[in-house]
Amino acid sequence: MSGTFVGMPVFPPPTHPAFPPPTHPAFPAAARNAVRDTTLRGNLRHATHTIRAKRANAVAEVSDWAELREAGKRIKDHTLRHLDRHLEQLEESVTAAGGTVHWAVDADEANRIVTELVKATGESEVVKVKSMATQETGLNEALEAEGIAAYETDLAELIVQLGEDRPSHILVPAIHRNRGEIREIFAREMSEWGRPAPEGLTDAPAELAEAARLHLREKFLRAKVGVSGANFMVAETGTLVVVESEGNGRMCLTLPETLISVVGIEKTVPTWRDLEVFLQTLPRSSTAERMNPYTSMWTGTTDEDGPRNFHLVLLDNGRTDALSDEVGRQALRCIRCSACLNVCPVYERAGGHAYGSVYPGPIGAILSPQLRGTGSEIDASLPYASSLCGACYEVCPVAIDIPEVLVHLRERVAQGGEVTRNGNKVVLKPAKGHAAERAAMRAARWAFARPGALRTGQRLASRTRRLHPRTLPGPGRAWSGTRDLPPVPAEPFRDWWQRTQGGKGAAK
Amino acid sequence: MRVALFLTCVNDTLYPDTGRAVVKLLTRLGVGVDFPMAQTCCGQAHYNTGYRHEAEPLARHFSDVFEDYEAIVTPSGSCGAMVRELYPRMGERARAEGRGDTLAATLAPVVPKTYELTEFLVDVLGVTDVGAYYPHTVTYHPTCHGLRGLGLGDRPRRLLEAVKGLELVELPGAEECCGFGGTFALKNSDVSAAMGADKVRNAESTGAEVLCAADNSCLMHIGGTMTRLRTGMRPVHIAEILASTEEEPAA
Repeated sequence: MSGTFVGMPVFPPPTHPAFPPPTHPAFPAAARNAVRDTTLRGNLRHATHTIRAKRANAVAEVSDWAELREAGKRIKDHTLRHLDRHLEQLEESVTAAGGTVHWAVDADEANRIVTELVKATGESEVVKVKSMATQETGLNEALEAEGIAAYETDLAELIVQLGEDRPSHILVPAIHRNRGEIREIFAREMSEWGRPAPEGLTDAPAELAEAARLHLREKFLRAKVGVSGANFMVAETGTLVVVESEGNGRMCLTLPETLISVVGIEKTVPTWRDLEVFLQTLPRSSTAERMNPYTSMWTGTTDEDGPRNFHLVLLDNGRTDALSDEVGRQALRCIRCSACLNVCPVYERAGGHAYGSVYPGPIGAILSPQLRGTGSEIDASLPYASSLCGACYEVCPVAIDIPEVLVHLRERVAQGGEVTRNGNKVVLKPAKGHAAERAAMRAARWAFARPGALRTGQRLASRTRRLHPRTLPGPGRAWSGTRDLPPVPAEPFRDWWQRTQGGKGAAK
Repeated sequence: MRVALFLTCVNDTLYPDTGRAVVKLLTRLGVGVDFPMAQTCCGQAHYNTGYRHEAEPLARHFSDVFEDYEAIVTPSGSCGAMVRELYPRMGERARAEGRGDTLAATLAPVVPKTYELTEFLVDVLGVTDVGAYYPHTVTYHPTCHGLRGLGLGDRPRRLLEAVKGLELVELPGAEECCGFGGTFALKNSDVSAAMGADKVRNAESTGAEVLCAADNSCLMHIGGTMTRLRTGMRPVHIAEILASTEEEPAA
């Protein structure tokens, strides 16, 4: 029989955030290394441009894409507005179907719940379906500390795990690796974890996939506990949905005796019917497929079919804090498709690791500083990791206006203000390191509010123009290290206009 | 029609030729242009860097200066998008902060009257052939705020295609950002420079003499990269191409 832990238990705020390396360098410094890594630049350029073009084609063939996008946005907004109600309904439905629901206020609590559930089975290993939520909580590391081995079974996650690497993309965590690198990782590491790679393995994609298949097959057949996330949770029926391409997820969802799913609370949709929208927009936006090869759906437990025990761990970890922000809450619509990463010119040059989070790219730049707060160097720098070109907003299948949220978060970093952290209203001070910028912005505002002052400055610049260097010292090198300065004209436009009465005078 | 030229602070200070080109072009098309001397800056850099409250007085000043004109024309996609997209948003935010409708009401009149230059030519004046002559090979870079913010679409292209003597060549990866992004160019200078270098290499691959855009701030970044990389290309604002004629060709 199953039981339910009702309500959101109150725990003291976490002493350390489980999902960030809190000492990660700020984005510009982290990106600098990636920009200079020509192999990485080549790998990312090739991969993102390929999928970018495919996505564009897959979306172009849907005549009502704009309507689907709008519907997805509205379903998510409506659900988020009444999230409390939908979550309680979800809990009832899952419980009625034979599952057990647990509530985790933060990453530590989620990890503790999962660890205890695994220990209760007496097992010391689990197989994992690709899951962002458990990446976010750092579950693998938490399980390892308790002597439980967690095996990633998604091909790309396997590459990352075997390479003792970090994921750099939401959908394609090993996007920064090329075939040669993957071959080397398999040949070197597989024997440490289980079945070794076949002798004479080459970098042919089919051979690499076969090596992974053989290596993983013995894990699937042996495992008694599976751990997953979910793309969607249907409140009315208690059904969870995992969308994937490989079928490895389905192995983990069906073969083990116990299934534990850790899912962010924002993955809820009210009704089965809502899936109709997202199952069209998600595959086309992420893998550029009309329909993904494997869509697994399960509702609690069923006798003699699939896992005997099902546990759902509902994860908050900063989500209700984000929900309280009128501008920022739209980030919770995200269905983790990665279209914004693939189209982002900054992601393409900086790579996923520079974002210091399991959520890289444009969505990560607005999600991480909301889930984790803007206290750390990396989180305070993420809102600026964008040229605001708007390509991310254009491709987002749930119409998250990422540039709008980026600017909103810049304001929070530069100016401070009231935010919600751990459920409490707090007033943030402006982040350190913005004093000079703040003074410059104030001075510019002062001058721009006075046309005379602007004119004085322009004339000064024009009269001294022969003295201007082509490159700047100190902080000015940020511009002139790679770009020449424009020459200052002999006179600003307004002086010409006045002198010639708008070009009517003889002088030109 | 009482048309005001909103030149932008960057053009006024650094690119007066673009301003003169807009005046010449619009005058040739029979439009009387005024340049209100009190104009300064729309506040875009403040707003986008996170200083919305510093941008508000500049937006109010903009409205004071321009509200009586029938049309406000600007040769900048991003400053045009600031007024059209972000002024209404500033009003909404002020309302959401409990500061009432005053800001929204102050800014509302200038929003629908503000046009980016190519929009004004194609949509308001209804012309695509402006009688220009420019005997050069040109590639066109659609800047982000013009392309995705204002939705300029093929207006600039249609104007360029009608220019006599001009050969328009396709820019690979045209819709990708050049990497300027205002203060982004300074705060993330390595990524910005990498994007700029890729843009310039794509432009060079076309064999064009000129890279044309409708925003001088992007062209400042692209042009500065072009000279640093010692390419033979030069950046030219679309207004200067459209103003050029056989009698008075642009340099």
